[in-house]
Amino acid sequence: MKTSARAVARYGLLTALALILSYLEAQIPVFFAVPGMKLGLANLAVVTALYLSGAPCACVVSLVRVLLVSVLFGNGAAFAYSLAGSVLSAAVMILLKRTGRFGPIAVSAAGGVAHVTAQLAVAAVLMGTSALGWYLPVLWFAGVTAGAVIGLIGGELCRALQRLKWGEDRP
Amino acid sequence: MKERRVRRADLMLIAVLLAFGVVLALGNVLFSRAGQTAVVRVSGKVVAAYPLSEDREEEIAGAHGGFNRLVIRGGGAWMEDADCPDRLCVGMGVIRRAGQSIVCLPHQVTVEIVGPGRRDTDAVSE
Repeated sequence: MKTSARAVARYGLLTALALILSYLEAQIPVFFAVPGMKLGLANLAVVTALYLSGAPCACVVSLVRVLLVSVLFGNGAAFAYSLAGSVLSAAVMILLKRTGRFGPIAVSAAGGVAHVTAQLAVAAVLMGTSALGWYLPVLWFAGVTAGAVIGLIGGELCRALQRLKWGEDRP
Repeated sequence: MKERRVRRADLMLIAVLLAFGVVLALGNVLFSRAGQTAVVRVSGKVVAAYPLSEDREEEIAGAHGGFNRLVIRGGGAWMEDADCPDRLCVGMGVIRRAGQSIVCLPHQVTVEIVGPGRRDTDAVSE
């Protein structure tokens, strides 16, 4: 595969966006009474990458973000949660987008759900308890809502970037 | 062809996701029973099991130091205080139904309510 300079710049831009959003998210004080409930701001960069540039870009942005975040401000356990959530969420979003039926809002909502489900599964394994089932419905609704909002913003961001011809390999 | 921002299929998928969430929530409520015992685990290992019928206050030591103060009163259990960084466990409120739990991720402490149906084999075997 030949990679154009524009594609490299685009990957870099979106990865940087994902990192900044992760950092921003970490600055928000935890005000939710359920662990693991958060906005998932970084997913904005992944959704945008998926719709602007396709599945490979979404995978790269998502994985590089997880690795960099864990190196920069993470720890081992956070890495496991983050990786599981990101991988399953990216996989679900790529598959749903591939059907061609869904726009970024629904795809991102499903991605949010996949993210919380994977994280809860990892938590159940790490903590050696099956008692986390009570959190699934709460996190599920949070995932749908936050995912849909992120998808809405991601879709708009994608349109704006397309107007600037960011999605194309040649100007 | 002008592409619409929100397609019909989008709304359908979101509706299906929300409906499944409702099913999950209902399942939890319908299949839960009143709790009997609060089982305390640190790093997955059972360290104590307290009957909900007796009021008490216990200090639980976290996996890497620190404490969580567990209160059991009137058939419910909650974290009264903790010195973990996020104190989410304190915000999680009262639990009393079988299967409910309080989780303190930083201290790796969990408190799980088990019901009468499950003779807490975990607690005995540890």
